[in-house]
Amino acid sequence: MNKITSTVMMASLLAISASTSAATLDDVIGKGFVQCGVSQGLPGFSQFDDKGNWSGVDVDICRAMAAAIFNDSEAVKYTPLSAKERFTALQSGEIDVLSRNTTWTATRDTALGLNFAGVNYYDGQGFLVRKDLGVNDALELGGAAVCTQTGTTTELNVSDYFRANNLEYTIVAYEKADEVVAAYDAGRCDVYTTDQSGLYAQRTKLKDPSAHKVLPNVISKEPLGPVVRQGDDQWFNVTRWSLFCMINAEEMGVTSKNIKSKMGGDPATKRLLGEEGSFGENLGVSPTWCANIVSQVGNYGESFARNLSVPPLNISRGVNELWSKGGIQYAPPIR
Amino acid sequence: MIKEESAGPPTVITRPWNNPKVRSIFFQAVLLIVVVSFGMYIFGNTAANLEKQGIATGFRFMGTTAGFGIITHLIEYSEDSSYGRAFAVGLLNTLLVAFTGIIAATIIGVFIGIARLSKNWLISHLAMVYVEIFRNIPLLLQIFFWYFAVLRALPAPKASLNFADGVFVNNRGIYLPSAIYEEGFSLVIWALVIAIIAVLVMTRWAHKRQDATGQQFHTIYYSIGLLIGLPLLALVVTGFPLSWEIPELKGFNFVGGTVIIPEFIALWVSLSIYTASFIAEIVRAGVQAVSHGQTEASNALGLTAGPTLRLVILPQALRVIIPPLSSQYLNLTKNSSLATAIAYPELVSVFTGTILNQTGQAVEIISITMAVYLSISLSISAFMNWYNAKMALVER
Ligand SMILES: N[C@@H](CCC(=O)N[C@@H](CS)C(=O)NCC(=O)O)C(=O)O
Repeated sequence: MNKITSTVMMASLLAISASTSAATLDDVIGKGFVQCGVSQGLPGFSQFDDKGNWSGVDVDICRAMAAAIFNDSEAVKYTPLSAKERFTALQSGEIDVLSRNTTWTATRDTALGLNFAGVNYYDGQGFLVRKDLGVNDALELGGAAVCTQTGTTTELNVSDYFRANNLEYTIVAYEKADEVVAAYDAGRCDVYTTDQSGLYAQRTKLKDPSAHKVLPNVISKEPLGPVVRQGDDQWFNVTRWSLFCMINAEEMGVTSKNIKSKMGGDPATKRLLGEEGSFGENLGVSPTWCANIVSQVGNYGESFARNLSVPPLNISRGVNELWSKGGIQYAPPIR
Repeated sequence: MIKEESAGPPTVITRPWNNPKVRSIFFQAVLLIVVVSFGMYIFGNTAANLEKQGIATGFRFMGTTAGFGIITHLIEYSEDSSYGRAFAVGLLNTLLVAFTGIIAATIIGVFIGIARLSKNWLISHLAMVYVEIFRNIPLLLQIFFWYFAVLRALPAPKASLNFADGVFVNNRGIYLPSAIYEEGFSLVIWALVIAIIAVLVMTRWAHKRQDATGQQFHTIYYSIGLLIGLPLLALVVTGFPLSWEIPELKGFNFVGGTVIIPEFIALWVSLSIYTASFIAEIVRAGVQAVSHGQTEASNALGLTAGPTLRLVILPQALRVIIPPLSSQYLNLTKNSSLATAIAYPELVSVFTGTILNQTGQAVEIISITMAVYLSISLSISAFMNWYNAKMALVER
């Protein structure tokens, strides 16, 4: 029963909470920190070290928001959530923002009463197999047993894909990511499926990572990004522009290292760093919000490089490169 | 001025607020109003909140297409089925593991409970060790232990263990041949039904005769004979209208036949073993509650150990055993929801896991789930109460 108590509690919170306040920013300023929903440990996205410090590109979104609001990127408290707990936690007001490799889909954006503030990682679903299985393409997977996590988009994509290609399959869905990894490692499944970035991250947890490979096939679009509750435009804006600040900073070549020397530069950079205009005021945060983000968290490229492009993940920018460099990361201008 | 009272008992005038009956009705009415209005407030508030947050409400989602696969289902199910059907699949899987678990836990529990009372030092201490180990380790850990023990111990599909050229065991499950019924098989079913009825009638008759004349009748042997013989005869007469579909290794795994998945086995084993340790203690307590004089009296009548236990001790012990046993059955059923950790698709995993996540309708789904567990629990309670009433000592 313990497993559902947390869900039950959140559902009842949802049922009786006088109403989750519409003014999340005021609440957050009042309590002095951002309550951020993250994964239970996905290398590169949201993971904690043995001292309990969180890091990852998803974590950086929360730190950026805290930097914008409090000028202190450490003013964040984290709530680790499994895939199936995350939306109820957000809806019920237990967390202020969900930044947990969450795919932007129509249902989540509408029926779940949520809003996606942007995309911090463009991903797609893939397959991980043992090398000695001798499979080189997903179309050779007919009849395979597929391990995945409950409450994810992957559960649906995999059934779409196998049915569309007239392939038999059996799906084995676990509640927690660690159990998926353990079961796949124990040979329960031929295939482990989730977002490709997740596959690279989870592969590092296997007993012998080098004995497994990610197949080239990408079977879905998985735009991952931070999520907030519907109906609070101000908070939505703070979330969305914290991300846009990081992307714009990379595009303008402003990094945590060179930010001092970029001060007093060209007009666009001046606007970015709050030396001109009233963008912070309009957002309801400090005038130097974006400068705070870049100096404390870094720009998008720095965050990516620090968390994803390092061993053992070694994920390349790919489509997550800036639009100006052939990718699709693109942020509206600060003006 | 003193007025002359008429003779007779003085009439006591109680004001309505001093009348216990009126008071109790009043307070019950107040409580009812409070509870109902609180319920209505919560309901209204919830609806308003969900509306304000733009979260979908209502039960329409039960009719829409589920779109996801479920690894094992007792009823027809595919990705094109509705959420309602997926819900039914989950519910049946819960009932399956609860039912088989209750049976196994009871058998193991009674066995261990009686073993603990054995005069044989080794047996009673082994039983004690069993109880102390399994009731003191958290169930979730035991589930994981059995699950990964099962997975690790079994070979991959290509190296499956093969029994009798039809049963295959590997880390994807136990593959059994499934029966394909051909024309005429219904006769065999009918033969079985007739055999069961005959056994019931015979048992009653035998009891009546024993009550009347004291003569015993070996019902057991005749029952077995009937239950096996009649269907067998029908099989022979109809020319064995039955064939077997043998599982076959194709590609990654076996196809055809029936499969029992390792998740079910691990869950069933751990629930049974865990709950049995509590049942064993209940049985021991029940048996010890029957005074030793009963055993002595029974021995004095010339009954040996077996019949003493069966005819004298257990019927009396059952009165003490049944009520706490019901709680264990309820626990087992509710504990089956831990299955979500190991991917056995029971109600909590399918409904509050996958479906809740896809529809986001937490309030509706959690309400339905709670209502389902409540109904299952109440049904078990009702059954056990009925059984308890039946078993209670009839005072003569
Ligand atoms: N993008 C997917 C989520 C995919 C997902 O949750 N992947 C798993 C990988 S198995 C994960 O990150 N788990 C981490 C955790 O549960 O802590 C979605 O939004 O549904």
